[in-house]
Amino acid sequence: MTPLPDANKKMIDNSTLTDIRRDMMKFAHLQLRDETLAEDVVQEALAAALSSAKEFAGRSALKTWVFAILRNKIIDQIRLQSRTSNVSSFSQQEESLDETFETLFKANAHWSPGHRPNDWGNPEEALRQQRFWDVFDACLKHLPENTARVFMMREFLEFETAEVCQELSITISNCNVILHRARNGLRNCLEKNWFTAGEQPC
Amino acid sequence: MLSCKEVTHLLSEAQDRKITLPERVNLEMHLAMCKGCKNFKSQMSFLREACQRYVKNQEKIDD
Repeated sequence: MTPLPDANKKMIDNSTLTDIRRDMMKFAHLQLRDETLAEDVVQEALAAALSSAKEFAGRSALKTWVFAILRNKIIDQIRLQSRTSNVSSFSQQEESLDETFETLFKANAHWSPGHRPNDWGNPEEALRQQRFWDVFDACLKHLPENTARVFMMREFLEFETAEVCQELSITISNCNVILHRARNGLRNCLEKNWFTAGEQPC
Repeated sequence: MLSCKEVTHLLSEAQDRKITLPERVNLEMHLAMCKGCKNFKSQMSFLREACQRYVKNQEKIDD
């Protein structure tokens, strides 16, 4: 581990770094879907953060700073990959998500009664529960890789849709289709596994 | 009159761009009488909120 400047040593010990690294890995892995690539960007981001002369006013400031660097490293990595892989490619998984979506409707394209979206009540309550985040995580991981990539660039890395298209060389309408697929897939997954399953009494 | 399926596409796009006035009028007319799509709309906003919170949670130090 890179030695830290003295001033920070008191506050930023190894166990803090281990925790931060774990969360960085989780974030990077979710978006890159590749253990080795995730390791690489995390390592680069940590090294960049720790070698900078910046002084941190505590652990939170350090974490915010490394995550800002990590986002940029992830974006660089996505750019690199987009030159060699085709994000708009359509896998079996995407096809099955689309089929599931179609089953929600009657022939006239209105909701079929059993599949009408439910009232989620006061969903903000869920945001305070760790078990909700476990389900949310599982639902994100369940999205097909390319679908997830576009969705996370939009929602986690906060690109504008036009920028996502440009970075990944896909058309706006394709981008819209992919985002719709992702949102609906997530929505369905949450509805099935959290909101309908009820906020399960333990 | 928009179908529910079309409304789901429009509601997803509304997360990404400013929808046009005619789109908005058609959408509102549909939502006024369709509970399913109204729920879908709330769910889209909730997803955005959950994603923002997700990122914040990752970046925060939990003590």
